[in-house]
Amino acid sequence: MIRRRALLALGAVALLALAAPLLPPYPLTLVTQALVVAILAMSLDVLLGYTGLPSLGHAAYWGVGAYTVALLATERGVGLAGCAVAGVLLAGAVAAVFGLVAIRAAGTYFLMITLALGMVVWGLAFRWVSLTKGDNGISGVPRPELFASPLPFFYFALAAAGLAWTLLALLVASPFGLTLRGIRESESRMRSLGYNVWLHKYLAFVISGAVAGGGGVLWAYYNGFVSPTDVQLITSVEALLMVALGGPGTLAGSVVGAGVIVFLKNFVSLYTKRWLLILGAVYIGVILFAPRGIVGALRRRSVR
Amino acid sequence: MTDDALRLDGVAKHFGGLRAVDGVSLTVRPGERRALIGPNGAGKTTLFNLVAGMLPVTQGTIRLFGANVTGAPPHRRAALGLARTFQITNLFLGLTVLENCLLAVQALTPSRLSMLRPLTGYHALYARARAILAAVGLAGVDGVVVANLSHGEQRQLEIALALAGKPRLLLLDEPTAGLSPAESRLMADLLANLDPAITVLMIEHDMDVALALASHVTVLHYGRVIADGSRDQIRNDPQVREIYLGV
Repeated sequence: MIRRRALLALGAVALLALAAPLLPPYPLTLVTQALVVAILAMSLDVLLGYTGLPSLGHAAYWGVGAYTVALLATERGVGLAGCAVAGVLLAGAVAAVFGLVAIRAAGTYFLMITLALGMVVWGLAFRWVSLTKGDNGISGVPRPELFASPLPFFYFALAAAGLAWTLLALLVASPFGLTLRGIRESESRMRSLGYNVWLHKYLAFVISGAVAGGGGVLWAYYNGFVSPTDVQLITSVEALLMVALGGPGTLAGSVVGAGVIVFLKNFVSLYTKRWLLILGAVYIGVILFAPRGIVGALRRRSVR
Repeated sequence: MTDDALRLDGVAKHFGGLRAVDGVSLTVRPGERRALIGPNGAGKTTLFNLVAGMLPVTQGTIRLFGANVTGAPPHRRAALGLARTFQITNLFLGLTVLENCLLAVQALTPSRLSMLRPLTGYHALYARARAILAAVGLAGVDGVVVANLSHGEQRQLEIALALAGKPRLLLLDEPTAGLSPAESRLMADLLANLDPAITVLMIEHDMDVALALASHVTVLHYGRVIADGSRDQIRNDPQVREIYLGV
């Protein structure tokens, strides 16, 4: 089963890699954007879909990654490797601190606490003007020379998303990954079996935050510009929508959901201002006809 | 002298003004089969939750195999060899039977925290999970999602999960709850064939099952132990007959 899915994913990556040079510039940047955002959605899926923790503040870790790059690459001239390591570690560190607060809560309370913590990061981005330049944001984030033009950057994003998918797919297929699904199904049973449930949730939270930070690093290079809009609530909500739309508990679903939302947001909005209406209709349709999301509906799970 | 498997001293649990468990002291010796009976609301399940660490005690001490675990979290108690089943079936409904059993098998192994190797590579865990499923008679349904199992099969899986961690003390909370007479007999056979080294404390309403399995019975009433003795003593105890059997 895992092998078949890995082959499917490899096939999709190969197809994208081959098709990319044929794409006109605008669709190419959209596909690139979808890949970058897919990293955020996949990291969230580890919490929402696998562990059953609905985080509404995932833009925080994404934003920490993005701001780290923006600050290090513009003023201090730090290169890609340094920025990437710093962004991932810092996002993971922030998640490690926030997790201490958030993991104590469950369900709606978890949602509200992650929302509040996310707003803290947004508030810092907005108000700590001396560091973040506040509302103006930080512009002119230089792409590494090797990946400066769109096509090489697309391949870079493809490789990064592929790496994130591989790491997270290994994680959810591991014994630890099974414990996350067990926690989603019954925390009290996990406790009585002898699991330290808090520890497992906390580790998942920190890993998820670090991966989201990795996505944020890429986002800063992709956009060349980082501002408080990148860490605002709407970004967190969009990530949740991507996971719900594509299928929680299926990493591939997060990628599909990211693709659908990036496409609707950027492509459909060219033709109508009412793209949100179309997004709403798509979302309601998925909830009604495929409550397990697009990919979830394609996988039958009664007997494996 | 070996330590008692379980020793409770003056254990109490108050919910506001309600004394659900009111100063219970009891000892269960290693290898013993003990039934815990009592009318509805006697505090039996609450007592189990205190022993397993799902609820904090108001007063008293709990010792497992000589170790004071009064304030210890559930996973620490499980590591000492405690396992339990639930009165209301508590399984991983969205996972397959085999996945349920794998979770139970790996719970007390270091691999539970391993993150970068697929579970399918852990052949020893699979072998043990399959062996346990076979032992409780669920070998044929290991790929079925638990939500699709019959109630009887779910009760069997409850037992499988509790046995998977090789427990030394097993708490069974009404293992035959909701089972048909035929299923109850299967369950009683399953329990009768448990490894004699495992200490068992069971809540059971079906007196045939309880008295067939347990040599020693503790009777709980309004949170207090009102009788404690061999099954014949309990059968003939006038107070027990009055409140429990309504004679």
